[in-house]
Amino acid sequence: MQEIDQLVKMANQLSDNFSFHEDAVDRLADHLRRFWAPSMRRKLSTFVDAGGEGLQPDAIVALRRLQVS
Amino acid sequence: MNHASGKVVTLTVDGQELSVPRESSVMQAAARVGIKIPKLCATDALDAFGSCRVCLVEIEGRKGYPASCTTQVEEGMVIHTGSERLDHLRRNVLELYISDHPLECIDCSANGDCELQDTAGALGVENCRYGTDGVNHQDAEKDTSNPYFTFDPSQCIVCYRCVRACDDIQGSFALSVDGRGFASRIIAGQSDSFMDSDCVSCGACVDHCPTEALIENTLIEHGLPERSVVTTCAYCGVGCSFIAELKGDRVLRMTPDRQGRANEGHACIKGRFAFAYATHPDRITRPMIRQSIDDPWREVSWDEAVQYAATRLRNIQQEHGRDSIGGITSSRCTNEETFLVQKMIRAAFGNNNVDNCARVCHAPTGYGLKTTLGESAGTQAFSSVACADVILVMGANPSDAHPVFASRLKRRLRQGAKLIVVDPRRIELVDSPHIRADHHLAVRPGGNVALINAMAHVIVTEGLASDDFITARCEPEAYRIWREFISKEQNSPEMTERITGVAAAQLRAAAHLFASAPNAAIYYGLGVSEHSQGSTTVMGIANLAMVTGNLGREGVGVNPLRGQNNVQGSCDMGCFPHELPGYRHVSDSQVRSEFEREWNVQLQADPGLRIPNMFDAAISGHFKGLYVQGEDVAQSDPNTRHVEQALKSLDCLIVQDIFLNETARYAHVFLPGSSFLEKNGTFTNAERRISRVRKAIEPLAGMEDWQVTMALSKALGYPMNYSHPAEIMDEIARLMPTFRGVSYEKLERLGSIQWPCNEDAPEGTPTMHVGEFVRGKGYFAITGFVPTQERTTRRFPLLLTTGRILSQYNVGAQTRRTANSEFYSEDVLEIHPFDAAERGISQDDCCDISSRAGNTVLRAVISERMQPGVVYTTFHFPTSGANVVTTDNSDWATNCPEYKVTAVQVSQVGESSQWQKEYRAFARRQEDLLDQAHSDDGRD
Repeated sequence: MQEIDQLVKMANQLSDNFSFHEDAVDRLADHLRRFWAPSMRRKLSTFVDAGGEGLQPDAIVALRRLQVS
Repeated sequence: MNHASGKVVTLTVDGQELSVPRESSVMQAAARVGIKIPKLCATDALDAFGSCRVCLVEIEGRKGYPASCTTQVEEGMVIHTGSERLDHLRRNVLELYISDHPLECIDCSANGDCELQDTAGALGVENCRYGTDGVNHQDAEKDTSNPYFTFDPSQCIVCYRCVRACDDIQGSFALSVDGRGFASRIIAGQSDSFMDSDCVSCGACVDHCPTEALIENTLIEHGLPERSVVTTCAYCGVGCSFIAELKGDRVLRMTPDRQGRANEGHACIKGRFAFAYATHPDRITRPMIRQSIDDPWREVSWDEAVQYAATRLRNIQQEHGRDSIGGITSSRCTNEETFLVQKMIRAAFGNNNVDNCARVCHAPTGYGLKTTLGESAGTQAFSSVACADVILVMGANPSDAHPVFASRLKRRLRQGAKLIVVDPRRIELVDSPHIRADHHLAVRPGGNVALINAMAHVIVTEGLASDDFITARCEPEAYRIWREFISKEQNSPEMTERITGVAAAQLRAAAHLFASAPNAAIYYGLGVSEHSQGSTTVMGIANLAMVTGNLGREGVGVNPLRGQNNVQGSCDMGCFPHELPGYRHVSDSQVRSEFEREWNVQLQADPGLRIPNMFDAAISGHFKGLYVQGEDVAQSDPNTRHVEQALKSLDCLIVQDIFLNETARYAHVFLPGSSFLEKNGTFTNAERRISRVRKAIEPLAGMEDWQVTMALSKALGYPMNYSHPAEIMDEIARLMPTFRGVSYEKLERLGSIQWPCNEDAPEGTPTMHVGEFVRGKGYFAITGFVPTQERTTRRFPLLLTTGRILSQYNVGAQTRRTANSEFYSEDVLEIHPFDAAERGISQDDCCDISSRAGNTVLRAVISERMQPGVVYTTFHFPTSGANVVTTDNSDWATNCPEYKVTAVQVSQVGESSQWQKEYRAFARRQEDLLDQAHSDDGRD
């Protein structure tokens, strides 16, 4: 599995597991900030900018939020 | 001695009046005033038995001569322990023993270490009036079947100590006494050899034998030890204290330390006997370097090796950036060593790319317990289990993986505590001598979260929650939200039955049993953490403990059984890419500034790469250099082909280990490590207990591991100057609030310390979260079930789960190089008879196990321990390739691999897998390249 595929898989897992919370996107963004290396976040953000195919909506929103902050 | 009543009685022993606990024996009372009554069958570690008749005393007003070990004190008793009549009786008993056990001590291996010899000497018995020519046992055949000890019945006095040790301490009930009177003899099993019996080679019988009847083979071969060093075992997370006994530089015996609070004098086959690896010929004791992994190794000086490593790392950083390198430290190394590795990576590498093997075992424990309770650690001391009324063991097999704790656990179960086992397999605890689980919830792999939620659902919806505890101790809003979530029908046992495979009625009964206990304790292992929802299950376990009020006192709690000796410690020491020592996030500027001041360097504020992220980045081409201390990722980590590809992608791999392990075959620099016998430091076990590791012999390679890290750091331009690990611990104490009160001086004084140890708890903290949680109020986390992506299909219809066996340890690097391999010499595939029959597989057939990741071939063992649809193997031998089959699925929060769920197909085959053939060829090639290093040196 390519690195980007693995990152997409991981982000989607986060999305699934935080989906039980009302503030799922906040939690997902916080998790990415606290546990993912910046290089991983950057790669996935670039992937989102390129369309983010296969990435779940909450993960896309969370990554865009991190890009802004 | 049981002081349960708290009441005392006053009596007189040899004219001295004293008061003792009412439960004391006469022998114990006498010992209190320094009077040693001669004895043979009695020992402090075992309940009195009264068989030897040597400890006789006179009690005024009482007929005869009662045995002091079995006679309980009474108010006003007047006892005489010495008289002419008593001496006569005792000498007579001794003479009878000696008539069948001649005092030919000079030729005996136990000469000087024999209680029969000592007692005879104390009583002045030199000759035997009965002679030794009568009927005797002197021609009885020795049992030499066990590789570690010999049983010589001719030296046995049938005192039952070995039987009682096996029963009461180990709980195996493997020994008994056959026959009566003169024909009495100790037998293993049904008069089997020790090796063929149920004996687990814990050594308790050997420890307690008063003669040479049961004795270590090392003592027979080399004689008695001449010096000793108290240290801590380097195997599992129980962290047993041992007395390493040596003759010169040769370790002859590892005796479990009765003062050690983790083990209280008990041991298992690994810690007790499997230490010969430390001096195995495979040890690499000279640094080596090479340009590429196709080149021969070249032995060089320490200076050259370290300089070479530093230059290659710096060159990589110049070309690919500061974050292009990283390091993995080991849970087998000491706190001080792992602390130094993360310090070097943060301060000298200049990044947070540091991780440790908790990534592949208990990272979810850290995440889950920190989230819910506020601290990434178990809540209790091991001794707490003695106060538990109901014990839930989930995803753990302590009989094999944490055997010394298992013995404590079994003792409590034999006393009447109830047991709930949650495990896909029928592990030994489910049905073992004098123990039967009240409920075995044979959960289907992948169903843990659904199961733990269903238990909580029953407790909440049936009014079994501990409302007072929740109100006083937990966040009310979080509880309200969680209660609403867990009460949903989707979490009921009936709705989750199809996921868990556990009948709803049985699950409900188990939940009732757990919730109704005065004290209910949870013990769990890798069967919880190594799942795609490992962190969720840990949080579910914490929820279960909180909702039933089972935290903050003895007998309860959440207890992760840690796999490796210092996995707790390496996590405590900040060997994570997102946390500094003491579990404090790298983004916390105040915390970071404390470290920056102490280390005089600026630290990164963002997390680094975890181990699997490092591998992915290596394959992508932007992670180029890795320093691995004491880990064997090529064997232990999942999806072996992926790991191999990552290691091959590196420009520089530095491995520091005692052996040229599987990972080192891909290395460019090899730095020889030191075994636990060769260094000073501390380990922290699963109960947060910090214990000293003391150097018993000089390091074979000339340097302890912390010194090697110091040398590499210096070569990288960041010198560290410690003259002893005690100074490293002082720095740890300055920087970690939970270690503020820890020092080597205090460890010497107290023996061991359970952190937190600081101004609030100067002597440590056996039980955590008393009164309030570390985070303040307990947090009920939402634990929604998300099925693993690893699903069975028609192509892969079975689920593979992996685990450990008693005699081998993890990747087997240590135990495979000992006689433990006589007990378990290969990894096998356990398969249910139904699944085997369906595939035409017979016992011992070679079976291909194929998953989406890869395939390997193992021998089949047909076993009803398995449930249909689930197969099992261990991963102790590199040629097995167990992790060729496991996938790169991992825990959602921590990336801990999902070792416990892999969809596979199994079929009968006639030859090894392609990977196994390639592995053997690669291993042979690397052995040749190693041999060339030795032959260049003229050592061929």
